Amino acid sequence: MTLTSDAPTVPSDAQLAEVALTRDEFASVVQQLHRQPNAVELGILGALWSEHCSYKTSRPLLRALPTAGPRVLQGPGENAGAVDIGDGLACVFKIESHNHPSAIEPYQGAATGVGGILRDVFTMGARPVALLDSLRFGPLDEPRQRHLFEGVVAGIGGYGNCVGVPTVGGELYFDSCYRDNCVVNAMCVGIVEHGKLMRARASGPGNAVLLVGADTGRDGIHGASFASVRLDATSEERRPAVQVGNPFLEKCLMEACLELAGDPRIIAMQDLGAAGLCGSAAELAHRGGVGVDIDVSCVSRRERAMTPYEVMLSESQERMLVVVHPDDVRSVQEVFDRWDLHSDVIGTILERPEFVVRDGATGVCALPLAVLVDGAPERSAPGPPVQRVMTLERRVWQSPWPPGDTLIRLLASPNIGSRKPIFRTYDHQVGGATIVSPGTDAAVVRVHGTRRGLALTTDGNARYTALSPRRGAAIAVCEAARNVVATGAVPIALTNCLNFANPELNEVYWDLHEAIQGIADACTALGIPVVSGNVSLYNESESARIDPTVVIGMVGVLEDVERACSAGFARRGDRIAIVGPVEGSLDATELQRLAFGINQKMAPELDLDLERRVHGFVHDAIEASLLHTAHDCAEGGLAVALAESSLWGGIGVRVDLDIAGEERPWGRSRVDGILFGESQSRFLISFAMEASVQLRELADRHSLPLQEIGVVGGDRIVIDGAMDVALAAARRAYEGALVGGE
Amino acid sequence: MRFGITVFPGTWSDRDCAHAVELAGHQAVMLWHKDADLRGADCVILPGGFAYGDYLRAGAVARFAPLMESVVAFADRGGLVWGICNGFQILCEAHLLPGALTRNGSLQFRCEPSWLRVETQSSPFTAGIASEEVLQIPVSHGEGRYVAGEGTLDGLERDERVAFRYVAKDGSPAGASSPNGSMRDIAGIVNPAGNVLGMMPHPERACEPLLGSDDGMRLFLNVARAVSRGAAFAAPAS
Repeated sequence: MTLTSDAPTVPSDAQLAEVALTRDEFASVVQQLHRQPNAVELGILGALWSEHCSYKTSRPLLRALPTAGPRVLQGPGENAGAVDIGDGLACVFKIESHNHPSAIEPYQGAATGVGGILRDVFTMGARPVALLDSLRFGPLDEPRQRHLFEGVVAGIGGYGNCVGVPTVGGELYFDSCYRDNCVVNAMCVGIVEHGKLMRARASGPGNAVLLVGADTGRDGIHGASFASVRLDATSEERRPAVQVGNPFLEKCLMEACLELAGDPRIIAMQDLGAAGLCGSAAELAHRGGVGVDIDVSCVSRRERAMTPYEVMLSESQERMLVVVHPDDVRSVQEVFDRWDLHSDVIGTILERPEFVVRDGATGVCALPLAVLVDGAPERSAPGPPVQRVMTLERRVWQSPWPPGDTLIRLLASPNIGSRKPIFRTYDHQVGGATIVSPGTDAAVVRVHGTRRGLALTTDGNARYTALSPRRGAAIAVCEAARNVVATGAVPIALTNCLNFANPELNEVYWDLHEAIQGIADACTALGIPVVSGNVSLYNESESARIDPTVVIGMVGVLEDVERACSAGFARRGDRIAIVGPVEGSLDATELQRLAFGINQKMAPELDLDLERRVHGFVHDAIEASLLHTAHDCAEGGLAVALAESSLWGGIGVRVDLDIAGEERPWGRSRVDGILFGESQSRFLISFAMEASVQLRELADRHSLPLQEIGVVGGDRIVIDGAMDVALAAARRAYEGALVGGE
Repeated sequence: MRFGITVFPGTWSDRDCAHAVELAGHQAVMLWHKDADLRGADCVILPGGFAYGDYLRAGAVARFAPLMESVVAFADRGGLVWGICNGFQILCEAHLLPGALTRNGSLQFRCEPSWLRVETQSSPFTAGIASEEVLQIPVSHGEGRYVAGEGTLDGLERDERVAFRYVAKDGSPAGASSPNGSMRDIAGIVNPAGNVLGMMPHPERACEPLLGSDDGMRLFLNVARAVSRGAAFAAPAS
């Protein structure tokens, strides 16, 4: 085929900037093609070589992650990862960012983020059973941040509620580093029978390529390259690069695709996401080692006079590519027709691994898939390794407020306070499977038709990664695992979303490197593989960049969902104990941020061997029915964990930490460290007095300290020598944290 | 007995309703919106969701579905028709029930437990549930605020056609705890003959203690009991 599109010329700097390619990358294109690309090819290459699609910076670093395990059915490289959960079922899940669109248009940015991650899961044949969202914004008392926060929450709810997939969890932080660049990561979890697990690998030259779902418009053109540059004053003008979601169409597309899951007529299925038809068709063909020939004149449009380039790069939502044998086209289309979904045959699978685009009889693009998909030169480190320098200031922090007052202020902090105002706007029950509702540690959903349940969580405290990317990322994995373990589940796999600033800056690059190493450290120690993930770079503006933000989405399996352990105190008279370290410091804590507006010195210590033993203890204790509740101690430390368990259970607590009389200055800081320090690897557990001896023996077997600290009861939070707070006052602070005044 | 469950594009409580029906020991069959066939259902459930996307007004498009003609005819013959959430909205749009469901007073979607007092004994759906009992059944909707003219509301009260009213957990008037600000705290109503029920809360989500409540199961069992008695109601749909 002869290409008759615009004659190739050497592009100007402005033209290269438009497609987000560097001059070096352009030279590499020419060298690999042995010719100049034409304008359409250049645009397509720009999209597929963008960081968002090619992972050119992160790919070499991501190789450090452990991805294998006995349960892994599908690791990274497909639309989502898949792990065995027993009974012939697989859990399919992935997390993905939609930061850049959400910063420009929060409602649609977040809504289409949810839509995209849902498609990644049902493309694999799995019925989505849960959504989770990890969100980061600037300070909530700033009007623009509240606008972004409320828009994102409304977008998540608007899409998820309409599609009918429950939003069961997630987390939320506010920090000034996200003022210009919010973080919106959405995770979807689905379930499928092993035999129906589908993959996006085209095969069979001559097979037909169907485009199903929405008509194609100009929305979202350049979305992939948009997500691969930093936001600046012109970003608002890129609003057309933000897509608009139609959850109703998604619901129909989902039901039709699930009807076809496992159907032998379906050779491959791939949703359209970043870089639209280009990205999806290229990946689909490349994974299968074949080529694809697409005729843009066959693509149904919703706008007039779209160029082939626009059709190929449109990121119109709710579209799917399906590869079928030509004889099956009609019968497969009938399934889509039944759901009133439009479908067109837009192309053919080729034997030679080439990416061909034509407009009727006119050829507009012919690129080798190896160049298009794998050709982007991997980026190496911009400079020699750099480590974050820890502030070795000798100051020992203590709270400026008395302990009771400090607790109330922490509970009222938007980073700690009740998430109920958000979760009540999400349908978290549809599907009839939500056993542990959102708002405590991990959510638990049952697996219909079995006794099992899945424990689901997302976690990642960027205060720790900001100070030590490696340790902070390992902590994120451990914290996610702790939340899963607290329900009685065994963590089986994770997905990660790495949100960083511009990796062309040496320190950002090495932060990313270190964070990935940290994830690998923890995964190896805990035996948890990484099965999917996403990298979002260039989260920075002209004046600020976000702290390294690692979000871990984790899945655990509970053998008997009826025995799921909860975190809110259950019975008056129960004993309370801490498993793991008791002492701590105020470095890098929520209290440090709240009281002094800083984040200094060290991320909390992390001993991965201790972590593993603590998990083993909690798991064994729940399995032996020794515990009534288990709760992970996280932001705000032990005092906040005690208050949360009290508030969730509606019962007070009386604790003696043997800290009365610590009057001297060093004593006061020690008390604050015990109460509000964020030491890792610990749980707050409650149990019947009779279980005490057995628990002590169990702790000994795991070589762990177990310190009994108090009793559940009353309607106050009492820590002898430190605080006496009415539960009602704590509740007022906690429940008001996110409620805005107009 | 056999429950028919309507499936419009955008319906999402169909599977949950089928699960509840099966837990109650009965058969569930799905009724596709393009078909007029009620497949011999003894009771038709219109479940929750966003039928046809509900981009216009909740239920406004669904009432024109081919299936709805059969549902209306079935109801007119005395057949049991049960609209839940989006189903209630559709029944109002189809004029099987009076009034309308509008945007929640909070202007936000609400998914949370609600507490209901049964206000009529004259409907087979609620027969035998005493008014001093408080049922815990969750809501999940953005447009559940029941509104109607004063005359209609007075008529509903007078004829004992208010099926459920939102109350506080202890059974006292809902006040600020109403999930949507419905007029007179109305959560569900029946037609004059008592064979058509519309309610915003989701009883199918309250059929197992594991999910937090099994109060909803009492309604499913009530329907089954009414059908087995049979006398007052229509023969199964053809």
